[in-house]
Amino acid sequence: MADVTYLEALRQGLWEEMERDPRVFILGEDVGAYGGAFKVTDGFVKRFGTERVIDTPISEAAIVGAAAGAAHMGMRPVAEMQFIDFISCAYDMLTNYVATARYRAGLGTPIVVRGPCGGYVRGGPFHSQNPEAAFFHTPGLKIVYPATARDAKGLIKASIRDDDPVIYLEHKWLYRRIKEALPEGEEILTPIGEARLAREGKDLSIVTYGATVWKSLEAAEQLAKEDGLAVEVLDLRTLLPMDDAAIMRSVQKTNKVLIVHEDTRTGGVAGEIAARINEQAFAWLDGPIMRVTAHDVPLPYAPTLEDFVLPQTDDIVKAARWLAAY
Amino acid sequence: MPPRAAPTQSPPIPAGLTQSQLLEIYRYLRLTRTLEERLTALYRQSKVIGGLFRSLGQEGESVGSAYALNRGRNQDVLSPLIRNLGSMLVMGAEPVQILRQYMAKAEGPTHGREQNVHFNDLEKGYLGQISHLGDMIPVMAGIALTFKLRAEPRVGLVYIGDGATSTGTFHEGLNFAAVQRVPLVVVAEYNRWAYSTPPEKQFAVKDLAEKAKGYGVPAVTVDGNDVLAVYEATRFAVERARRGHGVHFIEVKTYRRKGHAEHDDQHYVPKDELDWWAAENDPVDRYVKQLVRNEWAEERELKAIDAAVAAEIDRATDACVDEPLPAGDSALGGVYLDPPAAPRHWYRSL
Repeated sequence: MADVTYLEALRQGLWEEMERDPRVFILGEDVGAYGGAFKVTDGFVKRFGTERVIDTPISEAAIVGAAAGAAHMGMRPVAEMQFIDFISCAYDMLTNYVATARYRAGLGTPIVVRGPCGGYVRGGPFHSQNPEAAFFHTPGLKIVYPATARDAKGLIKASIRDDDPVIYLEHKWLYRRIKEALPEGEEILTPIGEARLAREGKDLSIVTYGATVWKSLEAAEQLAKEDGLAVEVLDLRTLLPMDDAAIMRSVQKTNKVLIVHEDTRTGGVAGEIAARINEQAFAWLDGPIMRVTAHDVPLPYAPTLEDFVLPQTDDIVKAARWLAAY
Repeated sequence: MPPRAAPTQSPPIPAGLTQSQLLEIYRYLRLTRTLEERLTALYRQSKVIGGLFRSLGQEGESVGSAYALNRGRNQDVLSPLIRNLGSMLVMGAEPVQILRQYMAKAEGPTHGREQNVHFNDLEKGYLGQISHLGDMIPVMAGIALTFKLRAEPRVGLVYIGDGATSTGTFHEGLNFAAVQRVPLVVVAEYNRWAYSTPPEKQFAVKDLAEKAKGYGVPAVTVDGNDVLAVYEATRFAVERARRGHGVHFIEVKTYRRKGHAEHDDQHYVPKDELDWWAAENDPVDRYVKQLVRNEWAEERELKAIDAAVAAEIDRATDACVDEPLPAGDSALGGVYLDPPAAPRHWYRSL
């Protein structure tokens, strides 16, 4: 057992799948000779060659489109968006071409589109985004968003093996910040569509994903110490398809739900989660379903501004306290 | 010594084609036109559910280009646009499937999910387009990239309209394909009308070939209504791509003789221009004259093909015209392999 960072775990998962399956190849901007802007594919070109680790022009639509074409022919491409913010340039290709291919044409398109997401890193408006809501609305796509090193590895492997297109969101604030002992020589696969109970509790549920899993766990710890509250934290891991059963189990246990995400509020994933709880577990609720999210502004650069806009541990503590007292 | 061929007055058949291949090309031209005429009749009877898109006057470039590919199971792959019905027929699409697709039949290739020529059979070698023009260039670049990665001697061919060369995906895809030197042939159809927009409002170059040259892609402009010229240019490009020399761009100059779709009355098109193309530059008429004048075929042979095609389209129509539409709840399946179906809404069970 060696301590492995989130980034290294992702790298291992990609590497193992490249070793296992000759159909897997990587394409993206600066992924080859440079090893990727965050070094996720560092050393890959040396091991697997330039035909399986393809440096592309700055053309996100072409990257995703070419990946789709290759996937139709039986390949398993993994397309990197250098920052996930640029996935919007491939929005048409993903939502109109890729997502509909199986339904309209019976064409499997097993591609993975992955890239670094998220703020808390002073990246400014175009290097900090969380794009899940833009794709969450599109039938035909799957979206995963690991919070732990184990899931970073387990979900990239599962995504590559999935027969449908998967958007794999990785949080750059977690890349080198969190570490976990992962067993060597044991295959780690995280099933797509299954949430993970990150902390058990009976007083209140926090439903969250990505970096805010860690902020929520921090808040839960503080609330246990200072308020004696037993807060449950559910890490969704997969956003599409969503693990409704795990959410409802938690709601039925605690009867109060706080939904936390880093993305902005209006039209965000939290709204959908709240609607599902309302439809499926209304009778179990002892309070309103509340949200902690980013404010509805583009993410600004200055530390004071970014810290204000994004949800912080203290926000989660205060919101959970309010809800617990309801 | 082998006996010498009997002396003949007729000029040699160009492009290495045989006489039976010339007749086969004629059959595909006639099949395309007759099938579209049948679709027009079905459209007027409201049996075609959605829009009907004609390729009248463009059959030559569709058939001539597709005929230059290697066809059969898992050979070359093309991606047709809305006016490339002929290319799909050449690749082996069955008329009955086209008819079913237009009429949204349950037994159709997409089971009523998509319309017109938007369907595929990758083994036969055609990949249906989506309506977002330009998108098929990157996708076909990916298919051709796969041929390159696997060192398979296969080629991709993708059609693009003059208007669609204004899209971002066209430029991204062509550049990507050029840089990767994938075996891809791009056939750009200059047919004068992108819906109602003429070329001078679409781009500031004279020939589409100029755009390709900007990406380091060799490009040629050919008379799109000369079937054999299109065949020959495509054959050259295809074999060049197959030998590993990368992308080739063929601009075919042609003319869209019908509206964007059947609903479009073309009031924006000068009447004398339409008349001229119909009377003087119809690709099928020109091909027939060429065959007969050069004594490559006799009129009675062509008439026999016409009759066989008409009978084939009658049989195909009879086979499917009364078939049912798909059951409504079949709409829920197949978004993903897993889960196999989307959930039915709760109020539908009340």
